[in-house]
Amino acid sequence: MGIFLGAFSYPLHIYHSSALFLMNLVPNRIAYQSLFKIIFYLMRQNLLKDYLIYLESQMQEPDLSIEISGFKMGNPLMLASGILGTTIASLRKVFEAGAGAVVTKSIGYEPRAGYENPTLVEVHGGYLNAIGLSNPGIREFYNELLESKIDDLPLIVSLFGSKKSEFRYMTSLLDKLNIKAYELNLSCPHVMGFGNEVGQDPKAVRRIIESVKEETKKPVFVKLSPNVKDIVEIAKVAENSGADALTVINTIRAMSIDIETFRPILANKIGGLSGPAIKPIAVRCVYEVSKEVKIPVIGCGGIMNWQDVIEFFLAGARAVQIGTAIAYEGLSIFEKIKKGIRDYLIIKGKKSVRDIVGLSHDF
Amino acid sequence: MAFPMIFNKPRIVKVLKVIDESPTVRSLIFKDDLCSKAKPGQFIMVWIPGVGEIPMSVSMMKDGLAGLTVRKVGEASNALFNMKVNSMIGIRGPYGNSFNPIIGKVMIVGAGTGLAPLMPLLDILTDKSASIDMIVGGKTVEEFIFMNKIKEILSKTESKIVVTTEDGSYGIKGLVTDAILPILKEKRFDMIYTCGPELMMKKVFDMAQEFNIPIQASLERVMKCGIGICGSCCIGKYNVCKDGPVFDFQMLKEVKDEFGLFKRDHSGKRVMF
Ligand SMILES: Cc1cc2nc3c(=O)[nH]c(=O)nc-3n(C[C@H](O)[C@H](O)[C@H](O)COP(=O)(O)OP(=O)(O)OC[C@H]3O[C@@H](n4cnc5c(N)ncnc54)[C@H](O)[C@@H]3O)c2cc1C
Ligand SMILES: Cc1cc2nc3c(=O)[nH]c(=O)nc-3n(C[C@H](O)[C@H](O)[C@H](O)COP(=O)(O)O)c2cc1C
Ligand code: FES
Repeated sequence: MGIFLGAFSYPLHIYHSSALFLMNLVPNRIAYQSLFKIIFYLMRQNLLKDYLIYLESQMQEPDLSIEISGFKMGNPLMLASGILGTTIASLRKVFEAGAGAVVTKSIGYEPRAGYENPTLVEVHGGYLNAIGLSNPGIREFYNELLESKIDDLPLIVSLFGSKKSEFRYMTSLLDKLNIKAYELNLSCPHVMGFGNEVGQDPKAVRRIIESVKEETKKPVFVKLSPNVKDIVEIAKVAENSGADALTVINTIRAMSIDIETFRPILANKIGGLSGPAIKPIAVRCVYEVSKEVKIPVIGCGGIMNWQDVIEFFLAGARAVQIGTAIAYEGLSIFEKIKKGIRDYLIIKGKKSVRDIVGLSHDF
Repeated sequence: MAFPMIFNKPRIVKVLKVIDESPTVRSLIFKDDLCSKAKPGQFIMVWIPGVGEIPMSVSMMKDGLAGLTVRKVGEASNALFNMKVNSMIGIRGPYGNSFNPIIGKVMIVGAGTGLAPLMPLLDILTDKSASIDMIVGGKTVEEFIFMNKIKEILSKTESKIVVTTEDGSYGIKGLVTDAILPILKEKRFDMIYTCGPELMMKKVFDMAQEFNIPIQASLERVMKCGIGICGSCCIGKYNVCKDGPVFDFQMLKEVKDEFGLFKRDHSGKRVMF
């Protein structure tokens, strides 16, 4: 039944949505407050029923769904790679908590134990991690996928590797399965020979993307690093090599030292910074990249709330990924953000999230 | 201070006291406010600078002090075992959920360093429970830790202690699980608490199911972040570091396809028990 329906006491969110709707119609705060008081009173007396039914029929739920190169998502919030993405069971849990899509932890050709602990340490404004691309290897991962039910899961597999033959093998093995897209991690900031070394080299980027595209018809996203001279240059190379979308950005090389023992805290000494501290950098990267390429950009880095998501959209992102915020907020963050975006779109009179993509480019 | 405090970063503490519990197990005592307020079953990530960082249960909390109890098994635990008074270690936490102490007739089943998180629980239970049946198992007599302390704590309440060793060097010869069955047949319990090798806990869980007794078991999985984001400690849809380490009857049922069957190594690969 309609959201405005019901007798004497309406659920709270109804007052909330009508308030948001009104804010959009009246000129100033005082007018809005008096108007809202009257309406609130009438609602309590149940006198506005017919009008509310009419209003609701006029007021559309904003559309949160998006599409990236043929891959449809119910909402634009994705789980970022490496966060809770080790098993299908935990990815499913994140999906059920409200994510529009989930990205696995980056999988490589061989099993990797990753670095010694400490692999993670909190700093002001975020976390440093040097997990070190730990993963069970493509064959074990493939076997687990085979045993799992994934048909209804908007599952994106993140892959890393050091050469194109590895990427080729991994894609061809996985392609028979019902995964929805790939994300190539060409940007891990702290593992030699993988990630960033590959992602900095335009020729390597081209070779890898082209070879993956030869093995699959599914969308291929490419995850970029901010730890490069010019992210726009690499973004263009990725686009020209056939990437269907770009994920911007991965973590930023950083370090933390313990002053009591004089030692770097991470066993690997250097790690990748994530969390709110990197958001302005990520927004800048999304802005610069999305201005220069035609393929969709997926924003990532430091998103903590719905306002951050809107900022990424305005900067030019068509979807976003959320990682570190889960350490602060837990999985309830997905529903909170969805609600925030919805209310924002109502206030701004926008029918769809798609309508605010890149609006900051106009200025 | 303009910035909020950072919680998930090692706090450097000095080892104040080292206690030999057995030839392979030692307890380290240190001063830390947060850990001294930990709940029974919670754990900390212990940084041994230059060596590694490993999860350890808080085995003692009292008046601003806290303790951990480590068995030397590999590199990091050996280094921790060899810490001296005044050595510096880093700790973060306490993390995870905790045992839920109940009022009633309880059974506690522990083995090896599995006793570490059970000790603070025992302290609380002596004030609360109607009776405590404590079953402690091990391979051989040298492995036993905390026995005097357990006897002392339990002397304050209606209780019974059963000890088993596989080689018969102490108590009844056999497995802990063999000793439990006759007790369960004889007496009705309101709760079973257990911590120890997973195969033992699995058998205890099976018996709890058979006799329809609620259970709380403390699990172990490989831990890296300790705060529920890296996913290395997952079992089923749960993260042991955040949703656990203490699993109740319902949660254990939900992870029955993994519990007692396999765990994951540092790469995430499945390893059978
Ligand atoms: C919640 C929790 C509480 C624990 N409490 C205690 C305790 O009170 N006393 C105690 O002696 N031990 C405890 N352990 C086990 C302890 O963490 C391991 O014995 C220790 O990590 C071994 O490290 P190592 O480098 O010495 O051994 P390694 O040679 O590296 O490994 C030996 C075995 O220890 C386990 N292990 C290694 N690294 C980790 C890790 N990062 N996380 C989890 N397991 C690991 C693995 O099963 C491995 O096969 C606990 C584990 C967990 C998960
Ligand atoms: C613990 C941890 C592990 C990560 N592992 C990966 C990974 O395996 N592959 C990858 O592409 N990105 C990985 N990342 C980077 C995130 O996907 C994301 O790009 C980054 O954290 C920025 O987003 P955030 O601030 O929302 O976390 C990891 C990040 C963290 C914190
Ligand atoms: S240790 Fe990282 S999620 Fe549990």
